[in-house]
Amino acid sequence: MLKIKNLHVSINGKEILQGLNLKVNKGEVHAIMGPNGTGKSTLANIIAGKPGYHVDKGEIIYKGRNLFEMPPEERAQEGVFLGFQYPVEIPGVSMTNFMRTAINEHRKYKGLDPMSAGEFLKLMKEKQQLVEIHSKLTNRSVNEGFSGGEKKKNEIFQMAMLEPELAILDETDSGLDIDALKIVANGVNKLKTKDNATIVITHYQRLLDYIVPDFVHILFDGKIVKSGGKELALILEEKGYEWIKDESPN
Amino acid sequence: MKEEEQNNILNEVTQSDYKFGFVTDIDMEMAPKGLNEDIIRFISKKKNEPDFMLEYRLRAYRKWLTMQEPDWAHLNIPPIDYQDIIYYAAPKKKKELSSLDEVDPELLDTFNKLGISLEEQKLLSGVAVDAVFDSVSVKTTFSETLEKYGIIFCSFSEAVQNHPDLVKKYVGSVVPYGDNYFAALNSAVFSDGSFCYIPKGVRCPVELSTYFRINTAGTGQFERTLIVADEGSYVSYLEGCTAPQRDENQLHAAVVEIVALKDAEVKYSTVQNWYPGDKNGKGGIFNFVTKRGMCKGSHSKISWTQVETGSAVTWKYPGCILLGDNSIGEFYSVAVTNNHQQADTGSKMIHLGKNTKSTIISKGISSGFSNNSYRGLVKISKRAENSRNYSQCDSLLLGDKCGAHTFPYINTANRSSIVEHEATTSKISEDQLFYCQQRGIDTENAIGLIVNGYAKEVLKQLPMEFAVEAQKLLSISLEGSVG
Repeated sequence: MLKIKNLHVSINGKEILQGLNLKVNKGEVHAIMGPNGTGKSTLANIIAGKPGYHVDKGEIIYKGRNLFEMPPEERAQEGVFLGFQYPVEIPGVSMTNFMRTAINEHRKYKGLDPMSAGEFLKLMKEKQQLVEIHSKLTNRSVNEGFSGGEKKKNEIFQMAMLEPELAILDETDSGLDIDALKIVANGVNKLKTKDNATIVITHYQRLLDYIVPDFVHILFDGKIVKSGGKELALILEEKGYEWIKDESPN
Repeated sequence: MKEEEQNNILNEVTQSDYKFGFVTDIDMEMAPKGLNEDIIRFISKKKNEPDFMLEYRLRAYRKWLTMQEPDWAHLNIPPIDYQDIIYYAAPKKKKELSSLDEVDPELLDTFNKLGISLEEQKLLSGVAVDAVFDSVSVKTTFSETLEKYGIIFCSFSEAVQNHPDLVKKYVGSVVPYGDNYFAALNSAVFSDGSFCYIPKGVRCPVELSTYFRINTAGTGQFERTLIVADEGSYVSYLEGCTAPQRDENQLHAAVVEIVALKDAEVKYSTVQNWYPGDKNGKGGIFNFVTKRGMCKGSHSKISWTQVETGSAVTWKYPGCILLGDNSIGEFYSVAVTNNHQQADTGSKMIHLGKNTKSTIISKGISSGFSNNSYRGLVKISKRAENSRNYSQCDSLLLGDKCGAHTFPYINTANRSSIVEHEATTSKISEDQLFYCQQRGIDTENAIGLIVNGYAKEVLKQLPMEFAVEAQKLLSISLEGSVG
């Protein structure tokens, strides 16, 4: 589904990703771990198409297409979803209106008619229950006045609504208490199918107690320096990132 | 607001030319170009006016001759040749009309293009429409229903003929003919407009609406509207307008006067979508409007809501004179400027009575090379004890070649009153746009969404069907504003 080959990315002339390789297949859950400033968020943003980054070398192939030739909204319509680390507020725009617009843009892309108000409300209710989000949140403006935890839950709710093929969750666990963490993880697990894939970017092993990854990758200095199964996260937790520095060939 | 409608609106953003730019070919009866006392007598005679009206026009004209065009606004206006304007044009009357079938089919077609078919209005929405086509009212609907309540809703000319006492009593009582340069010009040459009187204790059962149109090339349009709400009455009045695309500048100087007597309430809503000129700033309407309401009696209330997206130049400060004790004035505004449009708009709240309250919520949106200024005056007199004003002026910038300016004037003459003023300036952030894009919403739709969210506080003041139109206009007006 996703193939990243020798990716070099810089921002304002500073090289962040330095030859990253990654392959993600349908039905897989990948965890990407690493200390601050090693390029985890850059990786998430570059896949989603956030402006401001410069690709110096390498390629990303998504569903057989060159991802860099698609504008961000088309990537979204093709099934790429980014759960933001810091979701933005859009004052005055209700969650309902926002989601309805998004869903209908997705449908338009697929050549479908817009969803009727009734169908849409039913879908919202269904997905709210799935991810255990209070319906009051969806009546408010997009992320406005939401607590940190509410914002993250809202990201999972949107993911549930849009049913992406490739979901990238950028530090979705940061700032969550244990109950919220469980809700978020639970949502991700419920949304998992054999046809979609998830990339979980995280700092701590904690989230991986609830979302069990098929693969764990350790990102360090803009490269994946170590890959393995879920046990890798446990070793990392035990030994800390210093261990990677020692293990790292540079 | 139904979500479905909101989405339909966003879908319509794809249209790129000025949507309502077309010209209807109808026989006009015109005055020769230029302005002098003879022209004024000609207009007055054409309209078969009583002497007091002619006198009023002539006094205004003589005053106008001694006045200067105001130059204090933050506007760059090319010189206007007032002798190069036709001051009177009327569709030739064939015969009296008794039903819509008798209306010129071409005219009906024009209304259809604008989506304001009288028939539809009449049948579906329950809105009484007084359609002003250029200078003469063509058709008034629902008058029978209104008659039942004793409500008078007719063209200004008809009011002059049929209710001269009311007109004589109230015309110029809120906006005196010498108030300002453009009000004086209007008082001298006003062509037609609407008149509305709500009797004591009557709550008007329908939203009253007028659609103003400008249609003849080189014709100045000088509308005159007078609304009188007698004691304890209520009315909601809607004004919306679009004009055909034109190359030369068209002058518009309207006057709207509202009088609210004791315990009366008037809600006045405007959606203004006149031709703003092309992308290079060529053409477009010059819009110099004087709108003012007088809360004459105690506990009266006047509320202005405006959505301004059109005109090359907008000069407009709807305000309230809060004369009665405990009276309330409100002003809610969204002004959008794109390309080379210029807007200098805001409100005036003059507190004269005790315990009077006013609220000003102004949302400016600038894009392209445009300039958008808020200019407001809050004046609290010595007698207006315990009065309150709250003003909030927000500016939203799209791009880096446009300007937003705020000129608040506050003048308080007593110690017991409270005046608050808040102002913010913001830009649509790249993060907001990217967030929308990541959910599959393209930039243009994202801007429509964000801007409508920003203006929500004002839009929610509008009656339902107007709010839909307003949302559409906001999105359409900002088309192509982000490259």
